Amino acid sequence: MTLLSLKGVTKRFGGLTAVNGLSFDLREGETVGLLGPNGSGKTTALNMISGYLPVSEGTIALGGDTISGLGPERIAHRGVARTFQLVRALPSLSVGENVLAALAFRREPVWGKAAESRINDLLSDVGLAGRAGQPADSLTYIDLKRMELARALASEPSLLLLDEWLAGLNPTELRAGIDLITSLRDRGITILLVEHVMDAVRALCSRCIVMNAGGKIAEGPTADVLADGEVIRAYLGEEHA
Amino acid sequence: MKLVLALIALAALAFMPSFAGPYPLGLMIGILGYGVLATAWAMFSGPTRYISLATVAFFGLGAYTVAVLSETLPYPVVLLVAALIGLVVALIVGLATLRLAGIYFVIFTFGLTELVRQLVTYYEVNVTRTLGRYVFLPLGPEHIYWQLLALLAATLAIAFWVRQSRIGLALRVIGDDPVVASHLGIRITRTKLTLFSISCVIMTLAGAIQAPRWTYIEPSIVFNPTTSFLVVIMALLGGPNRLFGPLLGAIPLFLLFEWLSANFPNHYSIILGLLFIAIVFVLPNGVLAAGESLWARMTRKEARA
Ligand SMILES: Nc1ncnc2c1ncn2[C@@H]1O[C@H](COP(=O)(O)OP(=O)(O)O)[C@@H](O)[C@H]1O
Ligand SMILES: [Mg+2]
Repeated sequence: MTLLSLKGVTKRFGGLTAVNGLSFDLREGETVGLLGPNGSGKTTALNMISGYLPVSEGTIALGGDTISGLGPERIAHRGVARTFQLVRALPSLSVGENVLAALAFRREPVWGKAAESRINDLLSDVGLAGRAGQPADSLTYIDLKRMELARALASEPSLLLLDEWLAGLNPTELRAGIDLITSLRDRGITILLVEHVMDAVRALCSRCIVMNAGGKIAEGPTADVLADGEVIRAYLGEEHA
Repeated sequence: MKLVLALIALAALAFMPSFAGPYPLGLMIGILGYGVLATAWAMFSGPTRYISLATVAFFGLGAYTVAVLSETLPYPVVLLVAALIGLVVALIVGLATLRLAGIYFVIFTFGLTELVRQLVTYYEVNVTRTLGRYVFLPLGPEHIYWQLLALLAATLAIAFWVRQSRIGLALRVIGDDPVVASHLGIRITRTKLTLFSISCVIMTLAGAIQAPRWTYIEPSIVFNPTTSFLVVIMALLGGPNRLFGPLLGAIPLFLLFEWLSANFPNHYSIILGLLFIAIVFVLPNGVLAAGESLWARMTRKEARA
């Protein structure tokens, strides 16, 4: 079953075409890597899927229904959750309230006593057990990323968009982060993973899509894609090809 | 327990007119009036950090509605009509402005007050051919006091409820990061519009209830922009994100400004302006919050030393 489908999706910022005719499908339960050098349009693609940016052209469908044209709150209610490349915490809220904010405005809201135990479960899932009362702006960078993931999971998404969620982690944290995403994958969540950490991509993704300069240059099983000459050139420059 | 204390305080305050003289009663009316305005202002502007200078537009609309209708309709109906007018204007203004942010919102709401005042003046001069109006209502200061006390209690109750409710959380999330808010499923426009409207209707009622105090009303009196600035200072001084913060800010500042306007009528607006700038830029979270964080820093230093 196809969960997400992009057809000819294009985004222009004035004269700059950040995403150019991008088409791909995600099947339910897949974890797919979205790769490409900086500036190739990965974040812009996620922004259009989550509804943050309107598409300039093309259509995006989720479970067969067109979602391009809907606002982010509608798309969230259809089961799409995301993290941001630059962590977006809610700094004046506590860690628990950050998660509560996601629970309380889901399509089936969770609030009050029921929310409290959900918050604790979600926080311990990401390694933040017992931290609910702490102010969000007192967390370290890695803990903010964890909190943001807990917030995304609180909406029980069918599709999770992760934008370089593993960037900036040390090797131990990276190991834990990969395990965490693996556990989400095993729960059946479909994941679109924008990532530069190739070990993580190899460990997590069955398939990869590679972008360069706004367009798709390769798509296929992870091992094949990562061995592709054009991908290596786009990624690492000519000298590595 | 807290509710019991609040009810006792309310009951005690309700007896005040029976022993207070006219001057203290007048001061109390002023404090209650500004307490209502500041609490209502903070209900929306506290979490969103949208500095609205439209307070007096709604306050004045309420007062003018009473001035225009008090001869033709029973008083409770007049209050209801005032609330409805406040609601309609709030919805129109809200839809037009809530997409603006930062300084644009401030300027727009300031301009709005002037626009409303000009429209009312135009209507009075060209349609009804009267500019000033007399308000003759059989309501003494003690009646105004009781009504304002009831309105303040209701406003605090609503503010308390908002803080505990999903819509209050939604507004705080929007204030922190509207992008995150929308990605969590929060309907931003609806949430802001709802709380902005509640806040504005309360302001309108505050103006309506106080209209009989003036006896004579004209646009330059009830649409005085100073009121809007004062309310911002009061709410920010006491802390816009605390339930009783705006009220606690209103008490000393109202008394201070009463004193200043009596003793330094010529320098009054300069002092007000300087205070406004100082508080908005230096202590946007309120003096109480600033004091607390200073205290926290000092005790932490001591602990380290
Ligand atoms: N909001 C925006 N306005 C204008 N240009 C943008 C905007 N967002 C991204 N871009 C541009 O679009 C291109 C793709 O950016 P992005 O999607 O962030 O790439 P990636 O995530 O692959 O590094 C870049 O050239 C970037 O400067
Ligand atoms: Mg990016």
